[in-house]
Amino acid sequence: MPGPMHGGMPKGKKIENPGKIFKRLMGYVAKSYGPHLVIVAVLIFVSVLANVQGTMFIQSLIDDYIAPMLVTDVPDYRPLAMAILRVAGFYAIGVAAAYIYNRIMVNVTQGVLRNFRNDLFAHMETLPIKYFDTHSHGDIMSVYTNDTDTIRQMVSQSMPQVFNSAITIVSVLVSMCILSVPLTLVTLAMVFLMLVVTKKTAGLSGSYFLQQQKDLGKVNGFIEEMMEGQKVVKVFCHEEENIATFRELNDNLYHSADRANYLVNIVGPVNMQLGNVSYVVCAIVGGAMALSGFSGLSLGALASFLTFNKSFNGPINQVSQQFNSIVMAMAGAERIFRMMDEMPETDNGYVTLVHVREEGGRLVESEERTGRWAWRHEHQATHGVDYVELKGDVVFDGVDFGYNDEKIVLHDVKLYAEPGQKIAFVGSTGAGKTTITNLINRFYDIQDGKIRYDGINVNKIKKADLRRSLGIVLQDTHLFTGTVMDNIRYGKLDATDEEVMAAAKLANADGFIRHLPNGYDTVLTGDGANLSQGQRQLLAIARAAIADPPVLILDEATSSIDTRTERIVQDGMDKLMKGRTTFVIAHRLSTVKNADCIMVLEQGRIIERGTHEQLIDEKGRYYQLYTGNAIAN
Amino acid sequence: MIKTLAAQIKEFKKESILTPIFMVLEVIFETLIPLLMASIIDQGVEAGNMRHIYVIGVFMVGAALCGLFCGIMGGKFGARASTGFARNIRQAMFDNIQTFSFSNLDKFSTAGLVTRLTTDVTNIQMAYQMVLRICFRAPISMVCAMSMAYFINAKLATVYLVALILLGFVLFFIIKRAMKYFQMAFPKYDELNASVQENVSAIRVVKAYVREEYETSKLKKASQGIYDIFLKAEKHVVLNMPVMQFTVYACILLISWMGARMIVQSTLTTGELMSLMAYCMNILMSLMMVAMIFVMMSMSIASAERISEVLNEKSDLSNPQNPVYDVPNGEIAFCHVDFSYYKDKEKAVLRDIDLKIKSGETVGIIGGTGSSKTSLVNLISRLYDVTSGSVMVGGHDVREYDMESLRNQVAVVLQKNVLFSGTILENLRWGDAEASEEECKRACRLACADEFIEKMPEGYNTYIEQGGSNVSGGQKQRLCIARALLKKPKVLILDDSTSAVDTATDAKIRKAFAEEIPDTTKLIIAQRVSSVQHADHIIVMEDGCVDGYGTHEELLRDNEIYREVYESQTSGGGDFDEKAGDD
Repeated sequence: MPGPMHGGMPKGKKIENPGKIFKRLMGYVAKSYGPHLVIVAVLIFVSVLANVQGTMFIQSLIDDYIAPMLVTDVPDYRPLAMAILRVAGFYAIGVAAAYIYNRIMVNVTQGVLRNFRNDLFAHMETLPIKYFDTHSHGDIMSVYTNDTDTIRQMVSQSMPQVFNSAITIVSVLVSMCILSVPLTLVTLAMVFLMLVVTKKTAGLSGSYFLQQQKDLGKVNGFIEEMMEGQKVVKVFCHEEENIATFRELNDNLYHSADRANYLVNIVGPVNMQLGNVSYVVCAIVGGAMALSGFSGLSLGALASFLTFNKSFNGPINQVSQQFNSIVMAMAGAERIFRMMDEMPETDNGYVTLVHVREEGGRLVESEERTGRWAWRHEHQATHGVDYVELKGDVVFDGVDFGYNDEKIVLHDVKLYAEPGQKIAFVGSTGAGKTTITNLINRFYDIQDGKIRYDGINVNKIKKADLRRSLGIVLQDTHLFTGTVMDNIRYGKLDATDEEVMAAAKLANADGFIRHLPNGYDTVLTGDGANLSQGQRQLLAIARAAIADPPVLILDEATSSIDTRTERIVQDGMDKLMKGRTTFVIAHRLSTVKNADCIMVLEQGRIIERGTHEQLIDEKGRYYQLYTGNAIAN
Repeated sequence: MIKTLAAQIKEFKKESILTPIFMVLEVIFETLIPLLMASIIDQGVEAGNMRHIYVIGVFMVGAALCGLFCGIMGGKFGARASTGFARNIRQAMFDNIQTFSFSNLDKFSTAGLVTRLTTDVTNIQMAYQMVLRICFRAPISMVCAMSMAYFINAKLATVYLVALILLGFVLFFIIKRAMKYFQMAFPKYDELNASVQENVSAIRVVKAYVREEYETSKLKKASQGIYDIFLKAEKHVVLNMPVMQFTVYACILLISWMGARMIVQSTLTTGELMSLMAYCMNILMSLMMVAMIFVMMSMSIASAERISEVLNEKSDLSNPQNPVYDVPNGEIAFCHVDFSYYKDKEKAVLRDIDLKIKSGETVGIIGGTGSSKTSLVNLISRLYDVTSGSVMVGGHDVREYDMESLRNQVAVVLQKNVLFSGTILENLRWGDAEASEEECKRACRLACADEFIEKMPEGYNTYIEQGGSNVSGGQKQRLCIARALLKKPKVLILDDSTSAVDTATDAKIRKAFAEEIPDTTKLIIAQRVSSVQHADHIIVMEDGCVDGYGTHEELLRDNEIYREVYESQTSGGGDFDEKAGDD
């Protein structure tokens, strides 16, 4: 169980509308567990009543049962035995109710957590790439871990606790009023004092807590950064400076944590002793009243009242201790809801991808896999349906793009890729090569211009179908926890084992896979940490191969492999590229040389285009990039 | 383990001792109160003695005030001791990590170290506070209340004792079972988070293959699994509360029945009965607390173990007794060097390396992935120690040098390099804290970093985000080179440090090196033949051995691997380069 202390508080920010968030959180819980909550509420009520009736019994124990027996010569224990049995019955119901509501709350808590996780994840999967660009992975993860943990605390503990306390307070208050109104007023006065003190301390400790959270953030940030760069620290002999900086941050944290914890620690004792004082005051006032006979307060009633006085202070103390965790839960819920409120990727496409076969020169939609695909284009005006065969014809026409509207990173990009062609992009880092390929599969939407795929504006194609028709091998290979087989099958979920192996052979991955301890059933963990970079890359290529897409995008797919290994990979890639429209990004000459067309990008513009020979003859940027000497001279 | 951690209490010994003392005192005052209460009822109210009520009332308020004082002091010292303890542990770990060698660091992952320094320390801090404040308080409270109960009426008190023992047994079994499930649940929980993490970083793959729904259903299955197992664990935990209630209620009823009989027989007063009832809660609640501490402690044991692992780790490199502080020149020699990362393992990463590099030479190193290029250069600045043989720099074995002096005069630009949050100037000054702005600019000029820095709105004062996320890969590499140059080293090692820099700039950097720092020995690891072909000598590494050593022309003639690499990069016969050369 992750500790409740880390990262629960917002980073120095107040929650904007805690009431609204609370309402929404309750609504969320009630959506799946409404009836459960009602039952729990009823059972808590029953359990509190059982407890209160027990306390009431103590009053009658002395006044109604013991006192009469004291004055008779032959005491009759039967009424007392009956009463005890009756109380025992109520107690039994109370215990049963307590068990059942606690048991239900386990389901509610774990269920709510499960729903939150599922909903968060399902929603996260629909978010645009931009969201992941603009939010650190650590922050996203913290929503799943720290923030859901604050919800767990609140649903499982604070909620029933506060409800329980509220009912207890009300029922005890009523009972106290029945016993003695003046003593109730005395008790309430003391409670008021307790609340004032709690509020003062909580306010004070709150500001220290915020400071502690800030200092903790600084310490953790420094730790993360330095652990990441520890080898550099060593190489530069920066250990002494590091220790000094850390000591300062660590000391600051110690001071604020000391103060925050101190204040939290004293709330309990202060309230408890105030409760004791309240007890004494009531005893004195009540004693005086009982002795003077004023308001007919009996000895038993006073004893009972004092028990109530004690059980009245308890819940108030508890509520005040839940205060902090409720505040934290609100902050956590705010971040959870903020993520859930993020706008998902928009998709207004209506052109879908279907299997087709040819019948009498016309394309006919087919249920089964035919190996041929077509775009099913339903015209919105006439409702007529057209089928356009999927070929892999990609056209960019005057495309402008920026990650935000202010800063355009691609200017007026025009390109034309015929089916089966290999188009290469070259240019220095940050020239916009990857960006272009990210526009084809609509990871990002363009600001101006048009991108057509087989003559259809990509905006009209359903995103899922569009992406299904494109295979991508990225520079950073990401593999998933699972077997090698599962990882390749990721490209086509219903692929048979034979198909997987065929794809692996095509990518030249079969050889090394067979040498793994369990062959295709070897389990990969931690992004394939037990494989070399080259091997991971081969798996990524096999994964793309099995999907059998008409268009391929290879984004620096071989850059981190040494040249000799690359040859093996290249061989697999060449087989894969055959007959497909391919977009290649690379900074290695051998990868791009045989392309049908090479685009040279600089600062978001295509500045040169042509075949390798043409570009060399031009002696422009391409020539410079690959000779190096040209500039140095 | 306990000993390792306890050593970090240091200056907070006083607080660590005072906390339980005050907590125990608080308990004593607290236990007194029901006793005084009984006195008020029996000798005050029943006897009609108002004076007695006042006197005892004053005593009670006094006891409450003393209790308050002790409670506040306990809270104060408890907070100080636990936060101070946490501070010391954190500092001790951090300090020790700073002494770690590369091989120590390899043993712990970065994420592992971060968790130990953050979450684990927090866990220990909370556990320590619990121990100080409750570990003594709860049992003492139990004992005090129990003795009071015995003092009032031994027969009735025995009811509590029996209840206490029974409840203790039941709680023990419940917790034991629950812990079993929790221990099964936590790894699953970590797995779930790992899979979310995996998805966040691989989101592009997920989207490219349109696997959003597939991933969601996979996660739903996993989260259902977590739900099921936590349900099993919690199902046991929730038994605690009703069992506790049952025991309390049973005690109250038993005491009522037996107490009533005793009062009738005049062996007990009503006031005493009331006190006994008050002690019932004290006793059983304390037991509950003890059970809770038990759970907390067993959960933080894992954290304590992880922390002491770091604290007990000793750096495997140490400074010699009479170290040499000055590296006379940049001459490097490898004499029959064998090296392996694991001392006990057979597999050597480097085998019988025998090389001599003259001061001021430029040497290129080329070879496939896993051919141990990086391992080779890491021995020069003594980031690792050789298994056998010796590495000499400037005529001395590297083990004879003061490590700091050696590393300041042998600068390495690591393959996996990082910049730190701070301005560009601050980052550069890692190389030389006293470097003037002019010197920094010169270093940047040599590393071809000046052009892009000057284009930035704030120039050399541009703030670099954590991990250098706001500069491109190529820019980062050039800044790292400039940073190393500021050390004015005798030997400069570039470990694949220009891979993200385009060929033209790469050439410019090499040219600047040749002209501006001719006396520095330069070792360049590269993937591109073009980066090393003009070097004085080139080392070809293959599977931990030197496969070839010579100039570009010699290797092209004699070394098969080198020729193969060269050809693969220039694509068959190198016609492209020839053409370029002709013009």
